[in-house]
Amino acid sequence: MALKTETFLVNAGPQHPSTHGVFRMRFILDGEVIQDVEPVFGYLHRGIEKLSEGLTYSQDMVFTDRLDYLASMTNNQAYAVAVEKLAGIQVPERAEYLRVIMAELMRISSHLMGVGFLTNDIGAFLTPLLYMYREREKILDLFDMVCGQRLTYNYMRIGGVSQDIPEEFIPALKKFIDTLPKFIEEYEQLLKTNEILLIRTKNVGILTKEAAINYSTAGPVLRASGVKWDIRKAEPYSVYSRFNFEIPTGTKGDVYDRYRIKIEEMQQSIEIIKQAMAQIPQGDIMAKVPRVLRPPKGEAYGRIEGPKGELGFYLVSDGGTNPYRLHIRPPSLLNLSPLRELVIGVKIADAMAIFGSIDICMGEVDR
Amino acid sequence: MTVELQAAEIVTKLEAVLPGCTVESGGNMVVIKDESVLQAATFLKNTAGLDFNYLNFLTATDYTTYFELVYDLVSLEHNHKLVLKTRLANREKPELASVFSVWKGADFQEREIYDLFGITFTGHPNLKRIFLWEGFQGYPLRKDFKQ
Amino acid sequence: MELNSLPQPEVYSDKALDKTEGAGIDFVKQQHQVQIEDPDSWQNEEGQHNFMLASADALINWARASSVWPVNAGLACCAFEMISTASSRFDISRFGMEIFRPSPRQADLLIVNGTLTWKMAPQLKRIYDQMAEPKYVIAMGSCAISGGLFRNSYAVVPGVNKIVPVDVYIPGCPPRPEALLYGIQMLHKKIKQKKNFAKRKTA
Repeated sequence: MALKTETFLVNAGPQHPSTHGVFRMRFILDGEVIQDVEPVFGYLHRGIEKLSEGLTYSQDMVFTDRLDYLASMTNNQAYAVAVEKLAGIQVPERAEYLRVIMAELMRISSHLMGVGFLTNDIGAFLTPLLYMYREREKILDLFDMVCGQRLTYNYMRIGGVSQDIPEEFIPALKKFIDTLPKFIEEYEQLLKTNEILLIRTKNVGILTKEAAINYSTAGPVLRASGVKWDIRKAEPYSVYSRFNFEIPTGTKGDVYDRYRIKIEEMQQSIEIIKQAMAQIPQGDIMAKVPRVLRPPKGEAYGRIEGPKGELGFYLVSDGGTNPYRLHIRPPSLLNLSPLRELVIGVKIADAMAIFGSIDICMGEVDR
Repeated sequence: MTVELQAAEIVTKLEAVLPGCTVESGGNMVVIKDESVLQAATFLKNTAGLDFNYLNFLTATDYTTYFELVYDLVSLEHNHKLVLKTRLANREKPELASVFSVWKGADFQEREIYDLFGITFTGHPNLKRIFLWEGFQGYPLRKDFKQ
Repeated sequence: MELNSLPQPEVYSDKALDKTEGAGIDFVKQQHQVQIEDPDSWQNEEGQHNFMLASADALINWARASSVWPVNAGLACCAFEMISTASSRFDISRFGMEIFRPSPRQADLLIVNGTLTWKMAPQLKRIYDQMAEPKYVIAMGSCAISGGLFRNSYAVVPGVNKIVPVDVYIPGCPPRPEALLYGIQMLHKKIKQKKNFAKRKTA
């Protein structure tokens, strides 16, 4: 007698310990194998694009912190780069070097969280995450020293940065950067040859090169599939053309590659910070920008390489004090495009590992 | 360094395949008619030498008399980019062909434009609201939206 | 596992479910436009400070305050300050709150952190309704108190106290972990003042 089975709907709902924020997936399951999935977002849609049309260009900087709230410095930098391109403002050198140092520290912090939460989802409940939090608290102390905030900095301004660094910043940064490789070595000892991690991440969620390009992914997801594309090398902004660093790429595009790329990018960020600390000049930290900024009529698209991918701002100006249109190119939303293709046919536990490796932040998906 | 392709050479190539499709061009930006968007997209992706295989972003703006859609195209191999635009004058029922069959990354972005502007994309596999809930009245990013 | 070993189905998109949920969201939006009063009324019965509690009351309140278990309901940026508070540097477990329960049925405290949108509001109400008495709510961050930076938006609830009654408000954007710990201590003080047994009426 044949056994009659049916598929059923399971909701990995907006309140869930493994979804990174308020994200919902409706799974159609056959046993434990996923037949189909529908991602539902919008639970954090705050209407930032509409609200920014009601405020001036300098006031809109506060919204950008809350986009990808784990990487506020790079969001600020992207918006500043876009407005400076639109209005034709030249940023002084010392400000550019400060921006690079802050952005690379932010990249290290965001990747620490990305790897920590991936291991959390896989099942190493909190152990690697708390170790990585120890380093992240040191980075947050450095940011606290500079601008007084731990999470939403609002440090960069259109035309430069808001405050100069205090004297104790560079020695503290040097001490942190000198000890960080040893801690990354400690994580490697815990994780690199760990059998459970290898079995759960190797050959899971393979994203081919053509699919990654067609789905408009960017950042570590694109680089893990073998495409060597990084905005810091392809269209260098700020002073990145003066540093020597490499772009790590993966070969297969599975979860293990996406995890390895983050560890290697942290090591490259350490190199960039060392070079920036050696080269930083004295000087102004802010260009001469009028109090009420009225960029000329036109449009511009400014982009940077954020920790999660290419973050860009498309601005249209009609000559007034407020932007006519502000559109944000969200790396997390576009990195989620191949989710359905990656997750169909695998078990639900693997789906959580795949989703964790894409490393999204809901503030940026929903805006 | 990413090269922004000049509009003039793209216009000559496009006009050779789809005569009469260009409305305006200047700098690095080409504005084409809305009927020819899908064919132009396929041509730009598949021609050797252009190879625009990466859709960077897709968005829309409401200039009160018309909608303007912006497609930012990049070629990863040659490291050049182009901005393709099209305009829709019909404000009651704006409609356009979807480019999902050319670049799958247009999936969520077209749904977002439908949700916030009300522009329908024909040929999209699953066109429904993405950020706001089913039953929300109005399209918030239009200039005449009242709360 | 090889991708797509099962036949590729049509794109799954449950429009009927979307419609029911949309109707639910519109209903909640219509019903919850007015602030729910803060549950302070039992504090006013005998004055707010310096009244003697029976020893049974004191014992019960001490037990409740020493082991409040929060439910995992982080919405946006403030959630990361809550996670930092729960990590080893600021260590919330010395206040008894080590276990963050994923399920609301096993929790006492709902810390709402982050912006609440109308789409998420029915889910938050559901989480609150599923908790068993006695339950407490902390609104953390300016988005939860009043809508914050996004107050004028078309999709944001202007304050969580329109949906659930709030006991403690913690301002900040985001509040530092020390501020959250201070707010939790205020909640403990509030719990310890509660009279649990009704007054007996003498004839």
